[in-house]
Amino acid sequence: MNRANKLTDEQYENNFEELTPPFTRNSAVSEAFRCLYCFDAPCIRACPTHIDIPTFIKKILTGNPLGSAKTIYESNWLALTCAKACPVDDLCEGACVLNEKGEKPIQIGRLQRYSVEYYLDSGKGNLFNKKSFNGKSVGIIGSGPAGLACGAELSLLGYKVEIYESDKVPGGLNTWGIAPYKTRQYDSLREVELIKNLGVTIHTCVTIGQTISFDELLNRHDAIFIGIGLGESENLDIPGENLKGVSGAVKLIKEIKKEKWSSIDIGRRVAVIGAGNTSIDAATNAKRLGAEEVTIIYRRSENEMPANNFEYELAKSDGIIFKFLTSPIEIIGNSSVEGLRCLKMELGEKDEHGRRKPVPVPNSEFEIPVDMVITALGQKFNAEFLELIPDIKISNRKLLVDTDTYQTGNPKVFAGGDCINGGKEVVNAAYDGKQAAHGIDRFLTNTP
Amino acid sequence: MIDLSTDCGGIKSPNPFWLASAPPSNSAYQNCKAFEAGWGGTVWKTIGGPVMNVCNRYGSLELNREKLVGINNVELISDRNIETNLKEIAETKRLWSDRAVVVSLMVESKKEAWQDIVKRTIDTGADGIELNYGCPHGMSERGMGAAVGQVPEYCKMITEWVTEVSSIPVLVKLTPNVTDIRFPARAVKQANADGIALINTINSIMGIDLDTLKILPSVAGKSSHGGFAGPAVKPIALHMVSQVANDPEVNLPISGVGGISTWRDAAEFILLGSSSVQICTAVMHYGFRIIDDLIEGLTNWMESKGFSTIDEIKGKALNQISDFGNFDLLHKTVARIDQGKCIHCNLCYISCEDAAHQAIDLKKVNGYNETTVKEEECVGCSLCALVCPVDECITMVRVDDESASKTWNELTSEFKDQGKPLTWENLAEFQKKYGIEIH
Repeated sequence: MNRANKLTDEQYENNFEELTPPFTRNSAVSEAFRCLYCFDAPCIRACPTHIDIPTFIKKILTGNPLGSAKTIYESNWLALTCAKACPVDDLCEGACVLNEKGEKPIQIGRLQRYSVEYYLDSGKGNLFNKKSFNGKSVGIIGSGPAGLACGAELSLLGYKVEIYESDKVPGGLNTWGIAPYKTRQYDSLREVELIKNLGVTIHTCVTIGQTISFDELLNRHDAIFIGIGLGESENLDIPGENLKGVSGAVKLIKEIKKEKWSSIDIGRRVAVIGAGNTSIDAATNAKRLGAEEVTIIYRRSENEMPANNFEYELAKSDGIIFKFLTSPIEIIGNSSVEGLRCLKMELGEKDEHGRRKPVPVPNSEFEIPVDMVITALGQKFNAEFLELIPDIKISNRKLLVDTDTYQTGNPKVFAGGDCINGGKEVVNAAYDGKQAAHGIDRFLTNTP
Repeated sequence: MIDLSTDCGGIKSPNPFWLASAPPSNSAYQNCKAFEAGWGGTVWKTIGGPVMNVCNRYGSLELNREKLVGINNVELISDRNIETNLKEIAETKRLWSDRAVVVSLMVESKKEAWQDIVKRTIDTGADGIELNYGCPHGMSERGMGAAVGQVPEYCKMITEWVTEVSSIPVLVKLTPNVTDIRFPARAVKQANADGIALINTINSIMGIDLDTLKILPSVAGKSSHGGFAGPAVKPIALHMVSQVANDPEVNLPISGVGGISTWRDAAEFILLGSSSVQICTAVMHYGFRIIDDLIEGLTNWMESKGFSTIDEIKGKALNQISDFGNFDLLHKTVARIDQGKCIHCNLCYISCEDAAHQAIDLKKVNGYNETTVKEEECVGCSLCALVCPVDECITMVRVDDESASKTWNELTSEFKDQGKPLTWENLAEFQKKYGIEIH
């Protein structure tokens, strides 16, 4: 592969420096002061975990950051990752009434980070009273945000909780899937540690179906929660996909999250296929690793692009090139990638989701010279694993659960996170996990 | 052309903005620098007998990140000797003949001491004298300052000693730490004072450091009440100024002091009867440079309102001050919410619901909360309008037809004429007649 030159250690650290620095106490209080302390605030409703945002902000203002952190953790066990990685423009901050007032919204994410880090740095133990052990145990598959949230909540409810993680490092996508300029592994592992300190056991390097069977797991525990997320990046299903220099975005970002920057080979010219938030992560990371030219290829137009505005702006400021209405048809090269053959597209009739369908423009084939292709068209659904579980139902690449209890078709099995929603934000998984814990509790205590 | 010049009890200045007797007017350097910046006058920091100051002298009231919303101090009068001060006063007056140089005085309560310092002050060429009857700490324990200001007889006695020998105007600065400010004001009027300055600082404890449990400010572990000043005291000062201004037994020019930070504050003090205004805390916070906006802002406002002199606005709002018994009981307002301006913070709802009269509905409309006033429940208290963070979103609208009016005094006198006692039943009958329902 035609590799980009390696950078100096200093350049790498500069490139991956966090986008939003922490507040100082002084700046946090100043920002907290701007909050109007709305009643029945729109930001609370916009947060998928419904954190009582005005209350936690008010507590920063009064000099009660521990109380502030407690308010946050009452709703969300992954408060640190959410504070740093949530698409706040689309959630809490987008709903802030100050937008309507013609002012900048409160920096809710940054304030949340202030309180949460204050608590984590304080060395103070558990903020909540734990119910005494009720004699029951729950097994959780996957230590990503859904599994961690479910485990933490169950632990407080008095259950023995064991999380099974196939990787050797726990945390799921919080550990492996978020761009390093938003969160580092350290952040994710701090949250894992917090949850372990609640009494949750995490078994790493355990793959269900290989290390132990699902049946054995069912025997061991009174209930099971599945928080396995999704799999590797989807294939493009075009010729040349096996050439050297083709990588899935998920795999690449996992490599990057090891923070051994210089060990990662990146092409001089990189094409990223797809224009979702993960595509932007892959593109900006490639650029920050030293790629000279990074192009995002998307078959629809700017208007249909799934990436949110914050990510789009970030990519543009990183100098990422966007080729809209372009569809790749072949990756060219002898042994490694040398180019990408594409077709021009135009938008036709609306499809079943109401999005205009891209159709090829006749005789519009052209080639882009690239050295690396990163695929980011979403993640694979882990149907193979789910087939091991009796009585569950899958529809449209989603594991079906009761919307209230998160129970699957198998009464002892519950699920949440990306495997039930097709791939959303950390904050959605955090909510699912917590809600599912209560679904499990109701099931195991026969409470309607 | 706007003319800001003023005359306060015979003390003339090109604009009404004077430095109050306080740290900013401590020295010739500071007073000359203030005049250079454009200040109309100064009241030289009180000179008098030997004192020594301590550290720390000041405490700050911080409110929601706003520093020095209030400041208290245990600082004493000038800790520089009289000779140095008098020499600098004479020099300053020589350099700045068009500005008002007033000298604040405080000596022990002996006739000779007062008359001596007054004579020496006159010799400097100063334009006037201000008697400090207000300092609430340090000096009062030695029988001076507020110890005088709190006893009308002492106020009268000392003022008489001074006016007996003074050939220049004498203002008396009063302490607010009294039950009724009109009594010391009347006393100094009887002693032939030329004007009154008010208010001095208010007794206060600033707070407690919750880490060390030390009272603030702390002087090596000991603390005491100090004099409270700054924006937080303005409403109290405005009230006292209006009381003195409206008292027919006083009828003296007033130099308004207490929490004046901006031209808006100054305009309010003048509208309630002040001829000049004195400023300290705002200068302690930002320096003499604030004079630029004080002058310009007041000028622009006067121009926009069609006023051209300070005399035209002086006391212009005083005639509105009345007794509660003269308020119209049939004047009815209700809150109206401009839905186009509403940002859906719902603070009007929760304040009315929990702390007023449950007169605002909160309903979900298209996923938004919509707040609407139940006018039949609204008592017109205006709490919602006060908490609303959006300008002009909630307004209090008059809804009575203005055909009738009845004050409490009129009502009770009618009752008396009709031989009706003041009972809840008789009151209810009156309310019913005018459609007033109390929930």
